Amino acid sequence: MKGNEAFAEAAIRAGADGYFGYPITPQSEVMEYLMAEKPHERTGMVVLQAESEVAAINMVYGGASCGKRVLTSSSSPGISLKQEGISYIAGAELPCLILNVVRAGPGLGTIQPAQSDYFQATKGGGHGDYRMIVLAPSSVQEMADFAPLGFELAFKYRNPVMILSDGAIGQMMEKVELDEQIPRWTEAEIIKNTPWATTGKTKDRERNIITSLDLDSAKMELHNIHLQKKYRQIEENETRYETIQCEDADYLIVAYGTSARISQKAVDLLRAEGIKVGLLRPITLFPFPSKPIAELANRVKGILAVEMSAGQMIEDVRLAVGCKVKAEHFGRMGGIIPSPSQVVEAMHQKIIGG
Amino acid sequence: MSQITKEEIRQPENLVYKKTELLTDNPLSYCPGCGHGTAHRVVMEVIDEMGIQEQTIGIAPVGCSVLAYEFMNIDMTQAAHGRAPALATAIKRLMPEKFVFTYQGDGDLAAIGTAETIHACNRGENIVIIFINNGIYGMTGGQMAPTTLPGMKSSTSPYGRDVALMGNPLKITELVAQLPGTLYVTRQAVHTPAAVRKAKRAVRKAFENQKLNKGLSFVEIVSNCNSGWKMTPNQSNEWMVENMFPFYPLGDIKVND
Repeated sequence: MKGNEAFAEAAIRAGADGYFGYPITPQSEVMEYLMAEKPHERTGMVVLQAESEVAAINMVYGGASCGKRVLTSSSSPGISLKQEGISYIAGAELPCLILNVVRAGPGLGTIQPAQSDYFQATKGGGHGDYRMIVLAPSSVQEMADFAPLGFELAFKYRNPVMILSDGAIGQMMEKVELDEQIPRWTEAEIIKNTPWATTGKTKDRERNIITSLDLDSAKMELHNIHLQKKYRQIEENETRYETIQCEDADYLIVAYGTSARISQKAVDLLRAEGIKVGLLRPITLFPFPSKPIAELANRVKGILAVEMSAGQMIEDVRLAVGCKVKAEHFGRMGGIIPSPSQVVEAMHQKIIGG
Repeated sequence: MSQITKEEIRQPENLVYKKTELLTDNPLSYCPGCGHGTAHRVVMEVIDEMGIQEQTIGIAPVGCSVLAYEFMNIDMTQAAHGRAPALATAIKRLMPEKFVFTYQGDGDLAAIGTAETIHACNRGENIVIIFINNGIYGMTGGQMAPTTLPGMKSSTSPYGRDVALMGNPLKITELVAQLPGTLYVTRQAVHTPAAVRKAKRAVRKAFENQKLNKGLSFVEIVSNCNSGWKMTPNQSNEWMVENMFPFYPLGDIKVND
């Protein structure tokens, strides 16, 4: 299956109640697959093509406010349009899933893969102090796995979860193992699991209000303190990463998504040259695996961050490393995917020989 | 004439009217004389009389009625500016057995939310839109709205709306009436007891329509903004009758049964 299709199928199987989207390359297969699968017949899931990205994310906001499992998907320019809605969803503390199959920017850019939306995904993107949980798949299997995981984390923390993929992972075909169908929540389960949701005010409770507004600054500050506390909890509990051949490494590559796949090959090529290189692959970009990177920085001689951008994740790598060892960025931009040999060359020039 | 005390007024024989329990006791944040309070009351009385409080989800806009959820005793979500019809679309489709409505002003519905309004109407979403049109941005301090009349003064059209420079007011209610997805489109007012009764009948019809599953019901309420128009409440209602109603004539625009 294609990565985009695997994600769509996994979303149905994760018991999703609603998908709201707008076509944009390279992620249009998500809605195409959903429409073809008729999930309204399979599980009762609603799939609607909205008039805009703005409408789609606000449909997600509406659905999430009712305690439903809702999601949207888009690619970079469309994700920019969704930022207002994401900020409201984060402010109102609602769970939802947002897939970004990243393409190169800025502006309309090109439809080829890139990783240049890292800042937007991990640092906010919309207005106000908020964070999304950001999962970075590096295979079609993870495109499928992160749909149920994303919903689980979104509901656990009442927070939007972004799956930050890219055009290569979305479009490539690989074998994938899919989970069994999880039944959608019944109305009784929604009322039990999300007692805050606007399901209709019954006599036995006060009305439920979903809002991000409080005109009282003192209360608004308390709300912000609460949000920040939640983000620190997420950092404590949900940091995910994978290490490959780091045990004896003299040098380290940090890379996620497509760049991690290329870097894994580069590790093999460098080891064939006799240079002991390891790879740390962040699976969550927020929370960022700062601690394991900091620990590895005590043991290695240099770190190369590989990302299909002008150097965004490198800032978080350097914050983790401090000044313990040299940490440099290598990447290609504009939709160009670096080759493993280019990563090897960068390691030689910027880290080993640099 | 001797002074009548509060206690004397509150004698049982004088209690001919009471506030619906679907309005909370929170003091309204609207300016004295504004039509919003009456419009809130009309909508909540209809939901009360239909006995559908437990099945109703409301969407508050951005604008003067951003805090509608403080006054309406039902489950509500506060939308981003102009996006209420998008939220309502999803909520109704995900919970088709519920009654879903948006409550929006003219800036919200007919400027920043034009796309969401038109497309929700055109898709025929089975929801109710309550549209309060007072021809001005009240909450932000009286700026020109999409519905500000030609020649009408506002803080961003201080010499009056010059159509050549600022464009024409948008009759969005007539516009949505053209769309196949709307079932019932009407324009009402709440400035006199007779108008309130008519508006309430229209709102009732709109909510009853949700049971038919035949499309969107759109109720415009032309209202005053005495603060924004820089008038007393009485003057503003007179001005509304003389100036707003000729441009925005009251009555049903589309009725499909």
